[in-house]
Amino acid sequence: MVARGAAQPWIPSVLRHLYRGMPHPETWLRVTPAGLWCEPGDFFIDPTRPVARAVITHGHSDHAQPDHEAVLATPETLAIMRARLGAERAGRQQQPLLPGEVVLHNGVRIWLRPAGHVLGSAQVCLEWQGSRAVISGDYKRTPDPTCAPFEVERSCDVFVTEATFGLPVFRHPPPEQEIARLLASVALFPDRTHVVGCYALGKTQRLIALLRRAGWDAPVWLHGALLPLCHTYEELGVRLGDIRLATVAQKGALRGAIVLAPPSAVAERWARRLADPVVCLASGWMRVRQRAKARGVELPLVISDHSDWDELNATIDETGAPEVWVTHGRDDALVHAMGLRGIRGRALHLVGLGEEDEGEDAAPEPAVPATAEGGVA
Amino acid sequence: MSIPAFAALLERLVFTPGRNAKIALLKRWFAEQPDPDRGIGLAALTEELTFATAKPALIRDLAAARTDPVLLALSRDYVGDSAETIALIWPQRAGVNTPPPTLSEVVEALDATPKSELPDLIAGWLDSLDANGRFALIKLVTGGLRVGVSGRLARLALAEWSGRPIEEIEEVWHGVAPPYLPLFRWLEGKAERPDPRDAPVFRPLMLAHPLEDADLATLRPEEWRAEWKWDGIRVQLCAGPGGRRIWSRGGEDVSAAFPEIVEAMDFHAVLDGELLVIRGGGEVAPFADLQQRLNRKTVGPKLMRDYPVGVRLYDLLFEGTEDLRALPFDARRARLESWIARTCPARMDLSPQIAFASVHQLAAIREGARAASIEGLMLKRADSPYVAGRVKGLWWKWKRAPLSIDAVLMYAQRGSGKRSSYYSDYTFGLWRPDGRGGEELVPVGKAYSGYTDQELLWLDRWIRNHTVARFGPVREVEKGLVLEVAFDAAQRSTRHKSGVALRFPRILRIRRDKPAGEADRLDTLMALVENREAKAKAKAEADAAAD
Repeated sequence: MVARGAAQPWIPSVLRHLYRGMPHPETWLRVTPAGLWCEPGDFFIDPTRPVARAVITHGHSDHAQPDHEAVLATPETLAIMRARLGAERAGRQQQPLLPGEVVLHNGVRIWLRPAGHVLGSAQVCLEWQGSRAVISGDYKRTPDPTCAPFEVERSCDVFVTEATFGLPVFRHPPPEQEIARLLASVALFPDRTHVVGCYALGKTQRLIALLRRAGWDAPVWLHGALLPLCHTYEELGVRLGDIRLATVAQKGALRGAIVLAPPSAVAERWARRLADPVVCLASGWMRVRQRAKARGVELPLVISDHSDWDELNATIDETGAPEVWVTHGRDDALVHAMGLRGIRGRALHLVGLGEEDEGEDAAPEPAVPATAEGGVA
Repeated sequence: MSIPAFAALLERLVFTPGRNAKIALLKRWFAEQPDPDRGIGLAALTEELTFATAKPALIRDLAAARTDPVLLALSRDYVGDSAETIALIWPQRAGVNTPPPTLSEVVEALDATPKSELPDLIAGWLDSLDANGRFALIKLVTGGLRVGVSGRLARLALAEWSGRPIEEIEEVWHGVAPPYLPLFRWLEGKAERPDPRDAPVFRPLMLAHPLEDADLATLRPEEWRAEWKWDGIRVQLCAGPGGRRIWSRGGEDVSAAFPEIVEAMDFHAVLDGELLVIRGGGEVAPFADLQQRLNRKTVGPKLMRDYPVGVRLYDLLFEGTEDLRALPFDARRARLESWIARTCPARMDLSPQIAFASVHQLAAIREGARAASIEGLMLKRADSPYVAGRVKGLWWKWKRAPLSIDAVLMYAQRGSGKRSSYYSDYTFGLWRPDGRGGEELVPVGKAYSGYTDQELLWLDRWIRNHTVARFGPVREVEKGLVLEVAFDAAQRSTRHKSGVALRFPRILRIRRDKPAGEADRLDTLMALVENREAKAKAKAEADAAAD
C-alpha cells in the first residue's frame, strides 16, 4: 500500500473519529432505495422518487425527479427543473442556495460548490457534528464556457463521486480539438448536413458555445426537443448566438449547416429532412470504436460533460478524502485504483443514476418523445 | 506529422459508409500529403504493403509493463479489442516532446532495427502519439489495418483526383510499387506514364449490359455469338516472364487463393474467363461451393481436394507480347481456340459457343437452361474489339427469367448510410411443419433491393407499426406481410437452417392482398432446387451424348 502525500494524510481523519468521538459519515449518510439519505437532516440527495425534502445537484432527469415537497438547489438548477418539469412539479417549495452560502437544517450544515457539469450543477457539502461529506453529483474538470468551474472542497471525511467513465481507456481529448475536427469535416463536405447527436441539457449549449469560440458564426440549427433549454440558458445569461429550428428550414438551407439533435433522432425519420447527412455524436463513449460503429456514427466526437479517468483520480486526490464512495458507473476499476493509493473505496450501487445524458444504459437508443418527431417538443 | 494525419484518415475511413465520401477523403490525402508518405499510406490502406514486423504479443508486453494488470484486464473486457485497448490506455509520459514519426520513418526504422530493439523503438513512438495515432501505429506494425478500402476504390480516387481515366491507371497500377513515386509524378503531369514492361498488370475488363426486350428485337443472329453465362467469378489470368497473377473483376490479386491455377499458368498470355468449381467429368458445382474458396489468403490441401477449381476461358487479350484487344471478337476467338489446342493448359477449358439460327430459338435455349451453374446467356457481337468498361451494344448478358416465391416478412434491419433511418433489409421465411401438427416459419433469405422508394417508405412504416420485438438495429415483426421475392437460383446449403440458399434475392412486389397463411411452403422452394439438379444432370448427359 502506497502512503499518500503529507498534505492530506488519512490518519488525522481516522484520529478525529476515534478520539474526538466524531461520527463516521456512514453512520449518518445512508443508502436507501430512494437514494442517499441524510438521517439527522431527514433529507435526500438526488432522490429517485418523490420525497419530502430533496437537495438536487443538477437538472438531469436521473438526478432531478419531479414532485418533491421541498427542493434545495442552485437558482439555475431550480430554473432548469421548472423548465423541464413544469413549475407545479419542480418542487412544491423551492429554496435557492448560492454557492458559498450555508444553511443549517436540524443541526446539519449544508452548502454548495460548483461541479462544472452543466449550468447550475453543484456538489452538495454536508457537515454533522464535525463530520463532513461531499456529494459531488456528476462533474468534470475541463473548462466549460456554459457553467462555473468545479471547485475542490478539501478536508472532507468522505467524498462521493460518480464513475461514468471510470476506466483508464476513457481520456477525453481537448474539446476544442474535437470541434476543429467537426469544422474540418464541414469544410471537406460542404454540400452535406452535419447532424450532431447531443443531449438536451448541457451538451447542446456547450457545443454551441464551443462552436462560437471556434469562430462558427453561422446559424446553429436545432431539433425542436433541444430548443426550450437553450432558451432557459439564454435567460440565465448564457449567450448562444443565432440558433434556429431545423424543422422549418428549407432543405437547401441545411446544406453545409450544423444541426444538433437528440442522439436518438440522428438516425431516425426526423433526419430525412437533412441533405445527405454526416451523422456525428458528441459523447465520451465515442472514444471506443465499437460504440461508435454500433450507433452508425460517421464522425464520432469525444466530448463529455463527465470527468474522464484522469480527472476522476486527480479530483479524488485533490480532495484529500481518506474514503471515497462511488455512486454509479465503473466502480470496480476506480475502487481498485484508489486502493493502490491507500484510499478506501466503497461502491454504493445507487440505482437509477446514469440514465440521462451519458449513462451506460442511455447509450444504445434512448426514446424520443413522440412529439419530437415533428420537431416541436 | 504524418502518423497523426494517417490516423485521422484511417478513423474517418473506418466510420464512413459512403463510397463518394471515402473517395473525397482519399483525394484530400493525395493532395495534401508529401511523398513518399502519401504513397506509403495508400499502400497500407489497400494492403499492398503490410508490415507485420511486430507480433501482437510484443505490444501486449509493452502495455503490461506500463499499466496495472487489473485495470488492463477490465479495460480489455470493456473495449473488446486488444490493440484498441492498448492505444487508449497507454499512459502519456509527462515531458515527452519528441515529434511523432512520419510513415516513411516508421517503414525505414522497422526495416533497419534488430528484433531485440523493436520494443524500445515502438514504445518511443507510442509515447509521441495520441490515442488515435497509437491505434494507427499498432495496426500498422502488427499488419492488421483492415479499413475497407479496396484497390479499386483507391484507383477511382486517384482517377478523380488526377482527372485521368481509371483504365489508364489500372494498366500501370500493378507495375509500380509503393510508394508509387512514378505514378504520382505522372498523375501530377510531371512525367510520362510509367511503363510496367514485363510486370504482370491488370487490364480493365470488358463488361456486358443487361439485355432488354427492346434490344432483343434489333438483334440479327448472324452478327452475334452466344455462350453460357456461368455462375462463377470473372478472372483475368496474366502470365509471362514477369510473373503470374490471377486478377479479380475489380483488379484485386486473388492468386494466393487458387495456387493450383497459378501452377497451371505455364504460358505467356493474358486470358479472360470464369473461375468455377468443376468436379470430375466437367460438372460445374453451384456457386455456394465456390464460395468456400473465396476471400482466402492461403488454402489447404483439403479445400483444394473438396472444391477443385478450374477456369472456363472465353477471351484472349494477349498472346505473348502481342496485344489482340483491337481484333474483332471472331478473330480473337479463333486465336483462343488454337492457343488452347496448342497449349493444353491444365485446369482450363474452352467456354463452348451455342449455335442458334434465330432469336426465337435462342430464347428457347435460355429458358431451357436450368443448371444451377448457368445464369443465362452471354451475347457477343462478332466484330467487337475488347474494350474496357461497359460499352453499350457490344456485349449483352441475358439472364434467364428469375424464379419467385411468396414469402412472409419475419425481421427487418436498418440500412446504412443514406438508408440508416429506414428499415430496408428484410429477412423472409416460408412455412414448414413444426413437428407438432402445426406450421412454423423458417427464414430462407434476406433481401435489400428490388423495391421502389415509395415501397420502401410503405414497408418502413408497416414495420414500425407491426414490431413485436427489438434486437438492436433489428426488429421482429408480426408475421402478417407477404413479399414476392425473385431470385436467380435456389441451391442446397448446409449453412442455412432451411437447407437452401437463394442467389440474388430481391423484393419483386408487396403482396398486401395475400394472407400470410397462404404464402409458399418450404417444399415448394426445395422442389425448385431438386428440379434444377435433375435438369442439370439430364443436360450434362445430353451434352455428353451429343459430343
